[in-house]
Amino acid sequence: MPFPTLREAIERHVNDGACVALEGFTHLIPFAAGHEIIRQRRRDLHLVRMTPDLIYDQLIGMGCASKLTFSWGGNPGVGSLHRLRDAVEHAWPGPLALDEHTHAGMAAAYCAGAARLPFGMLRGYIGTDLVTVNPRIRSVRCPFTGEQLAAVPAINPDVTILHAQRADRAGNVALTGIIGAQREAALAARTLLVTVEEIVAALPPAMNSIVLPHWVVTAVVHCPGGAYPAYAQGYYARDNSFYQAWDAISRDRSTFRSWMDRHVIGSRDHRGFLASLGAAA
Amino acid sequence: MSDWTRDEMMTVVAARLLWNRCVCFVGIGLPSAACNLARLTHAPDIVLIYESGTIGTRPDVLPLSIGDGELAETAACVVPLPDIFSYYLQAGRVDVGFLGAAQIDRHGNLNSTVIGPYDAPTTRLPGAGGAPEIAAHARQTFVMLKANPRSCVPRLDFRTSAGFLDGGTARERSGARGGGPCSVITDFGILTPHAETRELQLSSLFPGATVGEAQAAVGWPLMPAPRVEALPAPSADELVALRALHSRTRAAHSRAVHLPA
Repeated sequence: MPFPTLREAIERHVNDGACVALEGFTHLIPFAAGHEIIRQRRRDLHLVRMTPDLIYDQLIGMGCASKLTFSWGGNPGVGSLHRLRDAVEHAWPGPLALDEHTHAGMAAAYCAGAARLPFGMLRGYIGTDLVTVNPRIRSVRCPFTGEQLAAVPAINPDVTILHAQRADRAGNVALTGIIGAQREAALAARTLLVTVEEIVAALPPAMNSIVLPHWVVTAVVHCPGGAYPAYAQGYYARDNSFYQAWDAISRDRSTFRSWMDRHVIGSRDHRGFLASLGAAA
Repeated sequence: MSDWTRDEMMTVVAARLLWNRCVCFVGIGLPSAACNLARLTHAPDIVLIYESGTIGTRPDVLPLSIGDGELAETAACVVPLPDIFSYYLQAGRVDVGFLGAAQIDRHGNLNSTVIGPYDAPTTRLPGAGGAPEIAAHARQTFVMLKANPRSCVPRLDFRTSAGFLDGGTARERSGARGGGPCSVITDFGILTPHAETRELQLSSLFPGATVGEAQAAVGWPLMPAPRVEALPAPSADELVALRALHSRTRAAHSRAVHLPA
């Protein structure tokens, strides 16, 4: 199992134009990996995530993305993602194509992707205009009952990137706590990169907790604090005040750019980013 | 205690609609406050589900996001998100779904996607999230929103989630299995659907609110129900529990975060 640096992992596995899912549902958001993609100035990415939040706002505002597959794009509990809004409303810094779904629809699409089935199926999208604006939401008829069901194409990212609590030296990865659709996004991917808080000699026995076995993992990067300002259960809490502060930082294009230049572009790596915020212990 | 705000009254009124042991799919913001107030007062065994995958959670403070660690730490179980939507919501195991929205129309349909045209919006909103399937599958849904002519509109800019669609039996014909929006809690009172037309009517008012105020806040000709109920003001117990919850929440959210060395 390779244990590259984050810079090496992004350099090697994330190409311009790739379909990339940095999954996470509030918990274990791969912020450090997203920042490294921004530092390496990747372009034309098709970003995928159920709940694009601050790291996607940053990737979009820094011009890394040309398409977004998503189901809810906001700053949770705070309000809008201003960079996402600016891209959709004013095509700044460039146009952003939307492939918009519901949570249930995206969950079904990831499940299908993980199972290498062509589409996901659900009793969903009933009475919603999403069906009229997204031609990728279609329907199938049950061959047994005749019931009409919603169908969405499977999601198979070129690269899925997760942050997790632990990996062992063989590259088995363990996640606990709120895990969203990370398991499905991981198994749907062609390449799976995982940043972890800690690399341990042996993982505790995993009785029903989520483990991604080493042979589905492409590379593991040791990156303590890699989910900050999101949280890693058992390691550090969510910095809710950062999410609140982001509203003002991101509202204005030039404030946003100077913040990104100072803290992300201006930092060599994630340790440097945390130090620049005065958040590093 | 006569000194209360309309926000507090909205939360109290929504909490009173919930019953003990009901299974409730919770959204962030006012719904989360209402569900936890119910749990801390008259409904101690309410089962709260947050879409992040936490089932039976009993948070001591309100979460800022739908996936705060507090929700996982105090849950009966934490399951993968696809399980929540397939095995619990779609399977019909949710009694009450709580929704908010930027716009609602007279049949309880909701918009949380865009203001203006989809391809060239004046305001891009966060989008659907779990709402369309909650609206379809929960046995009943409660909607919470502050009413004004921009939020209570004759015609939605975009229909994100189905209420009673075009009214009458349209919802039943759509394949939606849940009962639809049975109460819309606003900052003046509650709207409920007419039994046949399914148009939202004014069915109850907060203390101090009037039919005229309600009609002025709603962008369609709002009909009062044959009998408009006067809702009792928040009790001392309700206010004490709610304010203590908010004060614990403020303290928790301002606590500094320390990363491990």
